[in-house]
Amino acid sequence: MTSATGVLRTDGLTVRFGGLTALNNVSMSVPRGQIRAVIGPNGAGKSTFFNCLTGVIRPTSGRIVFDGEDITGLPPYLISRKGLARSYQITNILPRATVLENVRIAAQSRRYNWRMLRHHRAYTDVLDRAHAVLASVGLDDKAEELAANLSHGEQRTLEIAIALATEPKLLCLDEPTAGMSVAETHYTVEVIRRIAANLTILIVEHDMEVVMGLASAVTVLHYGEILAEGSPAEIQANARVQEVYLKI
Amino acid sequence: MLTLREVHAHYGKSHVLHGVSIDVGPGEVVGLLGRNGVGKSTTLKTIMGLVRASAGAVTFEGRDLVGLPTHRLPGLGIGYVPEDRRVFRLLTVLENLRTGLDRSVVTPARREELLEKVYRHFPVLRERRNQAGGTLSGGEQQMLAIARAMVLEPKIILLDEPTEGLMPRMVGQIREIIEILHKEGVAILLVEQNVPLTLAVSDRVYIMEKGVVRHEGTAAALRADDAVIHQYLGV
Amino acid sequence: MAGIPFEQFLVQTVNGLVSGMILALVASGLTLIFGIMDVVNFAHGDLLMLGAFVGSGVFMSSGNFWAALLAAVVVVAVLGALLQVTTLRPLLGRDPLTTILATFGISLVLQNYALWQWGPSARNITEPIGGQFRLLYLQYPVYRIAIALLSGAIIGGLWLFMKYGKYGIWIRATTQDRVMASAMGIPVPTVHAAVFAIGAGMAAASGVLFAPLVGVTQTIGLDFTLRAFVVVVVGGMGNLGGSILASIFVSLLEAYASLFVSPAQAVIVSFVVLVLTLLFRPTGLFVPTPK
Repeated sequence: MTSATGVLRTDGLTVRFGGLTALNNVSMSVPRGQIRAVIGPNGAGKSTFFNCLTGVIRPTSGRIVFDGEDITGLPPYLISRKGLARSYQITNILPRATVLENVRIAAQSRRYNWRMLRHHRAYTDVLDRAHAVLASVGLDDKAEELAANLSHGEQRTLEIAIALATEPKLLCLDEPTAGMSVAETHYTVEVIRRIAANLTILIVEHDMEVVMGLASAVTVLHYGEILAEGSPAEIQANARVQEVYLKI
Repeated sequence: MLTLREVHAHYGKSHVLHGVSIDVGPGEVVGLLGRNGVGKSTTLKTIMGLVRASAGAVTFEGRDLVGLPTHRLPGLGIGYVPEDRRVFRLLTVLENLRTGLDRSVVTPARREELLEKVYRHFPVLRERRNQAGGTLSGGEQQMLAIARAMVLEPKIILLDEPTEGLMPRMVGQIREIIEILHKEGVAILLVEQNVPLTLAVSDRVYIMEKGVVRHEGTAAALRADDAVIHQYLGV
Repeated sequence: MAGIPFEQFLVQTVNGLVSGMILALVASGLTLIFGIMDVVNFAHGDLLMLGAFVGSGVFMSSGNFWAALLAAVVVVAVLGALLQVTTLRPLLGRDPLTTILATFGISLVLQNYALWQWGPSARNITEPIGGQFRLLYLQYPVYRIAIALLSGAIIGGLWLFMKYGKYGIWIRATTQDRVMASAMGIPVPTVHAAVFAIGAGMAAASGVLFAPLVGVTQTIGLDFTLRAFVVVVVGGMGNLGGSILASIFVSLLEAYASLFVSPAQAVIVSFVVLVLTLLFRPTGLFVPTPK
């Protein structure tokens, strides 16, 4: 049942905060190369789920297996090193650095941890990687621009670029189009589509057009449990899911 | 009575409202529906001055609200019941109510009347009047938050997701309160994700998506044909 | 503990309680200000000093202690409100470092102003209630007891005002949730200025009450500022009851410590308590475990 080539698998993931069960026995499997959307009404447990995956919260019980390795309970920086990258709802870029520097620092983190004496420009492979990432998200022409001067949509794209620069196996996007206009949303969706080629992506979203347009598979959470899973068309046709969304 | 015209609002750099236009007439119950994150709560916060409108006009009875300090709004007749209630946790129920009762324009006799009225509608508040706000259950806190706005004798109450986090049986109580307020002629701008409740109590409904109003109609029309609801709120 | 006569212990207890009450008067103003507007008022001790100087001025011309006390409180309270409105209100919502620097700047200005206005020699205020009474083996000044009682009365008055007064509710609501308070029509900027004025007034009162014991110089505030901060942290920042209990607690410990070491060294006690509090119960020793 669980795919051996799956990038991510959770077994019975449960999170309890005191008397509150935020996640209840969530078992899911994300095959390589998929774009999986996680949706659900307010309080369904989507943030808790992401926080569990990235090591911010320790699950009460259950396992998280990433690329064949049990990562349950590992600290966030180790999980990131293993190739699970995350973008956040609140922009986490370095505003006073240039766009290129933001991405270069992320790319560098994957390569040379201990050599401190060479000038950063000597690491041409890191620079090349940074430029390549910027090109893939369409920010290459803004490489020398200060990150703080970018528009909001561009800053969110930079966030994605930073995550990409760490060469992840799984990219977790937390509400990437939150607070965006229709135009910015389309722009961001295009960016995600472009980078999806060699990547597995997990995306939490409220915008249904984004979800239905991008995702190849959807998981619906409700009160911490998986309510339904399937293709976007299947989820849309699912009466119980419609009920849950319209009647909470 | 309350008018928003092409209102834009930002949280820092994030452009959250992209030109919202809404009207609420005297005594009307108007629903504001939409999925998470579309800007419904932000719209209420912008009316209250908690978020500064970066463009557009917000007027109440002809008076421009943009730039007015928040604490002047109750005096104009605007009450606010925020998402997550925000009762004063360390004040007793009575003290919570007093923040709204102790206004200079209100005589002591009228204060007693208002308090009695609120206790009649919410008997549990009378029972718990000397208990700290933070010790009340979620549903009781919601009652308190609404009662606190009621004692301001407002012309309009901005209600932000009153049923969120409440048990299903409490939704009926919320509905009753809204109907009582409506009968007394208080206008209500109701932000909600609970569609049946909203359609049941509202006269008119707006539906928002991505920071703008996408649809406007009477609740009756939407009850008859809910395709639009499915489009903007369903999956 | 052996070898310390019981009477000495009792006398130190009384001393501790007396200093504790004065410290409580200073600290409660400080914690009130922090609790409501997140301002760490580095000028608090200087407001105390200013109060003492104003009091001494009025005392010299009128000969009346109580007039001096009243004048000092009123003048410094008004000054406090003016300071808040002009220098602190525009900084609301900014980086906390900005307000710390602002109050520090105010502190420097007040100290130098006092030097310029009243000169470097010490002033005096005579205690209104003279005489001594017999406390065990000592002749104990009545005035010291009077200060403790008066401080207690002022703090008690503040507590009653906060608990039952209409404006007391406004202050408490604003402290707990400034946004919701303004949504209820409470004029938050005015409340902030008023609380600063109250805090300043209380500091001024402490200054006048304490003056007969140590004389009035530009630096009398400094000793208090530091200990008041310690007490505010130990008592739980923004927690009025906590700061009072902490004041008494720390002052008693210092008083007992001076049985063994010199008073100058006994001050270390308060810092030890501070460090322990920050390590083990950073929200405050006298605060119930945080929810």
